[in-house]
Amino acid sequence: MKFVFNFIIMSNNIVLKRGLDIPINGVAAQETVKTVKPSVVAMKPTDFKGLVPRLLVREGDKVLAGSPVMADKNCLDILFTSPVSGTVAEVVRGDKRKLLEVRIKADEAQEYVDFGVQNVASMSAEDVKALLLKSGLWTSLVQRPYGILANPQAQPKAIFISAFNTAPLAADYEYTLGSEVEAIQAGVNALAKLAQVHVSVNSASSAFAKLQNATLHTFTGKHPAGNVGVQIANISYIRKEETVWTVALPLVAAIGKLFTTGKVDLCRKVAVTGPEAVNPAYVNALPGVAMKDLESFYAGAENIRIVSGDVLSGKTIGAEGYLGFFDTQVSILKEGNTHELFGWARPLRLNQFSSTRSYFSWLCPKKKYNMDTNLHGGPRAFLMSDSFYADVLPMDIFPLYLTKACLAGDIEKMEKFGIYEVLPEDLALCEFVDPSKNYIQDIIAKGIDLMLKEMA
Amino acid sequence: MNSIFEKGGKLYWLHSTVDAFETFLNVPDTVSLKGTHVKDSIDLKRIVIIALISTIPAALFGMWNVGYQHSLAIGAAPAFWSDFFYGLLKVIPLYVVAYIVGLSIEFASAQIRNEEVNEGYLMTGFIIPLIVPVDVPLWMLAVAVAFAVLFGKEVFGGTGMNIWNPALLTRAFLFFSYPSSMSGESTWIALRKGEALIDGATGATPLSFVNEGLDSVATQYGTSFMDMFLGTIPGSVGETSALAILLGAAILIWTGVASWKIMVSSVLGALCVGILAQLGGSDIPCYYHLVMGGFAFGAVFMATDPVTAAQTECGKWIYGFFIGAVCVIVRLFNPGYAEGMMLAILLGNTFAPIIDHCVISASISRKAKKIA
Repeated sequence: MKFVFNFIIMSNNIVLKRGLDIPINGVAAQETVKTVKPSVVAMKPTDFKGLVPRLLVREGDKVLAGSPVMADKNCLDILFTSPVSGTVAEVVRGDKRKLLEVRIKADEAQEYVDFGVQNVASMSAEDVKALLLKSGLWTSLVQRPYGILANPQAQPKAIFISAFNTAPLAADYEYTLGSEVEAIQAGVNALAKLAQVHVSVNSASSAFAKLQNATLHTFTGKHPAGNVGVQIANISYIRKEETVWTVALPLVAAIGKLFTTGKVDLCRKVAVTGPEAVNPAYVNALPGVAMKDLESFYAGAENIRIVSGDVLSGKTIGAEGYLGFFDTQVSILKEGNTHELFGWARPLRLNQFSSTRSYFSWLCPKKKYNMDTNLHGGPRAFLMSDSFYADVLPMDIFPLYLTKACLAGDIEKMEKFGIYEVLPEDLALCEFVDPSKNYIQDIIAKGIDLMLKEMA
Repeated sequence: MNSIFEKGGKLYWLHSTVDAFETFLNVPDTVSLKGTHVKDSIDLKRIVIIALISTIPAALFGMWNVGYQHSLAIGAAPAFWSDFFYGLLKVIPLYVVAYIVGLSIEFASAQIRNEEVNEGYLMTGFIIPLIVPVDVPLWMLAVAVAFAVLFGKEVFGGTGMNIWNPALLTRAFLFFSYPSSMSGESTWIALRKGEALIDGATGATPLSFVNEGLDSVATQYGTSFMDMFLGTIPGSVGETSALAILLGAAILIWTGVASWKIMVSSVLGALCVGILAQLGGSDIPCYYHLVMGGFAFGAVFMATDPVTAAQTECGKWIYGFFIGAVCVIVRLFNPGYAEGMMLAILLGNTFAPIIDHCVISASISRKAKKIA
């Protein structure tokens, strides 16, 4: 009963009623203020879930853009290639010698490995697969359930691509990739050799609504309508023993460029955003670019948090960190490590946002807030009911039950409540609205780890 | 926080207590360490304070009504302020006992579990004095509160883990352990020493007469729908005025703290059974059930407790309807006990997980049938 009225399907037009757009300050102006010429670029194995890396280079080795740097120990065909040409400067390891970063010092002039211009139409699925694996772009495929590296031996039900972003302050694909529709089309053509491709757009007038060789779906709704997981759940949800692959749109463009130019060109427009970002705008950058190269956006600011990705599911990387492989956004926020006297009891607190009417933010629906990282409360046991969380998750699952099943490590219940369908990012809004301040994404991630361990 | 309260410090055993007071005064400076980097401003403190505010109209009215009923019973002329202060002085000791006993247990168990003190008891403690007879002996209240908090809540792991509403458990404990203090004619009106009821006055609530017909109470108070709606009748402190409770309901629904579905469906449940009973020969109009006894208070403030209520949307409809229906069934078909709301809600709490289980199973099997 609960979900019947929550979405109306008219042909391929899906309206999602539930969700929440977080009104946070610092949206990037639609101009590209600079092209970051990277000094050092880092490749981070931690960007890929399930990767056990084997290092293929040593410090001091020369690499070109597209040269292999790492491979996956579980499947040595999966190569991770350098986004720049340069010299391997440093291999950073953590506890138990876990490989954290491979830092590559970039050359002045970029040289690319030439994979040769391809004619996709005449290629077989095996050829496409082989080229993707060899070029390192196979790693842009994410396999669900669990959000792991795609297994080249698997035959997915379909490949899903979200052609719009709804995350807070996220890069606007119409702006960043609107001029690269041809490359994206080439990428879609290549992926279509592997499985049926589904592309979700947010309006029929989108630049990506013209894509051929794929099934188009139109989604209307607030965040997380742009999350590919939510789209899959509303198109054809993932059942047990099914796999699907997803590819982020900027990486589809990179795949397209690989086939049309023969080069691994991962350059993308990155939105530098957030309440603490100075003149938030776009830059041209590579994955793994150093935050130091973006210093002009936060110069002089103290007590800030720099996040690779959006404010809901991005990773804290700090001023010394590097942009993640999949990220097209940097969020800069103030650390909320200050006290506020009688905070919870003060009736007005007009500078606070709440999705509920327990504060007065409902009076000014257009207002944007300078949010910081304060918890606004302390950790408690779950108190609100499941439907409180389901209100921001347009999927046919029971988020609180799933979270509790993950907490309990009860695999049978996790399966039943939809662990196959979700990645932590899909429940990020549940975590945002949670009055009990539980780390729901972390709980889900641990649940997924348990599934991977038990199902292996 | 001073380091002597930290782990290893001399006063570590006071850690949770100090932390509770500190966070009570200050929004703490803790930041999100993983997961979402920004958070909604709502937290349990805010939810509890809103719930508290919503019960204030009923509490204030109840205090005045205690004095007003006293004036009526001894034949004095009612006067607004003196009635109110009479009631206030009667109710304050109940609050003191409920909070001191409950919070002590709450603070101690938070320390034992090494957690922060949960705010949930602030609401429970505010409600308890409103649902007990005003003249209940304080030691009984203390025992009942201790039982409810310990065995109703802390043994399950504290607020959020409990199965039954702790405030109602307090009342149930009182009711079953000390029945003579919980019902009958002398319970519901607070008298001073040496005072006696005037002739023809009774301290029983209109509900007590459900099985005898309403006429017998009309000598003392009107039992018109309006009297009961406004609440100028004897009863537990906070339960009498449906009007004041509706004010609270409006706040709860508008802020989204409590579920309107549970409130509406429990009204529907009560009306349904009431109508059926009327068709079967009962002479009480079905809508009287909504304003008599603890129905309104229970439906608005206690059945909606998100921890013990049904979790799913569909489940909330079933759960509310069940509570409303059982309440009226107990009232009409059980001559021993006039008030059904307490038992109905406790029973509803007990069945809520089963209701949710059925709703979720149905939803999952419906989904499995959906063509991919």
